[in-house]
Amino acid sequence: MRKKEVRFALEKTSPIAFGFVFLGIAFGVLMNEAGYNFLWSLLAGVFIYAGSMQFVMVSLLAAGAPIYTVAIMTLLVNSRHIFYGLGLIDQFKKMGKKYPYMIFSLTDETFSILTATEYPQEIDKNKASFLISLICQIYWVVGCTVGGLLGPLFPFDAKGIDFSMTALFVVLLINGLKKKSAHIPALIGAFSSLIFLIILGPDRFLLPTLTLTVVLLEVFKKPITSREEEAGI
Amino acid sequence: MNHTYTVAVMVVIALITLATRAFPFIVLGSKREVSERVLYIGRVLPPAVIAVLVVYCLRNITPLTAPHGLPELISVGLIVALHLWKKNTILSVLSGTVCYMILIRTLFV
Repeated sequence: MRKKEVRFALEKTSPIAFGFVFLGIAFGVLMNEAGYNFLWSLLAGVFIYAGSMQFVMVSLLAAGAPIYTVAIMTLLVNSRHIFYGLGLIDQFKKMGKKYPYMIFSLTDETFSILTATEYPQEIDKNKASFLISLICQIYWVVGCTVGGLLGPLFPFDAKGIDFSMTALFVVLLINGLKKKSAHIPALIGAFSSLIFLIILGPDRFLLPTLTLTVVLLEVFKKPITSREEEAGI
Repeated sequence: MNHTYTVAVMVVIALITLATRAFPFIVLGSKREVSERVLYIGRVLPPAVIAVLVVYCLRNITPLTAPHGLPELISVGLIVALHLWKKNTILSVLSGTVCYMILIRTLFV
């Protein structure tokens, strides 16, 4: 592994380092308080690696929820992932042995960073994107483990640290909008989400939103591609 | 503590999460050539999804009742202004997060 790619990946993942570590810690602390030692949090971080679902898991475990409920909840919370792969099939297919790990580690944040990153010529794109995904998960696993070890001893009130994820998406949106060809897609995403948020409320709007987004991207294919051609994409 | 139950819960969550991530790759990734339609969606979906994720992150603000989403809106405003000015991702993310954490502890408890 060359140093250049490691440095590049560390830089690209740095905005979420704090967020991932502290949210991981919050999860580990919750697990510890629920009676599960750090090994459980560590295993969850390594094998599940899905932030919001791991938090849901703590309450499912505490309630002793039946397995079919666990399965349905997981499907509901994580089905948004189905849409992320659509944006990365072409890129991941070229990655050989790293392909399965790239799919496994596809979170909201890695999706956003991987699709928003522009790779300079001297950087090996496959190595760098693999490292970006790996480093994100390392932050997360470290957080889960530390939280699980410290439990209630953890001395810092991290309330609000999850806003760093919001901040990251806002920044990536601004960066993305520099390309004129991204304006209509971003408007479509904002429009779809606001419509369904108002109609369906905060708990159920995400899937209809993503579905409508894909449909509208197809509907507006002509104006979007003509703008891409103007920009020479 | 029933370890068998805990392990079963974690395995089910891990497998279904992986299935949601792998689904499009299994359905569309096996063909040798990625179709033009998938390439198009691959190019234009990311900016759309990032806009969706911004709304998703802010979904729980309540415009009509206190605090009217003000901690979020002020912090997002700071992030936008700072990022247009300095164009430094880490600076924007850190400042926005710190601003939000201070606001919910002081002005909007």
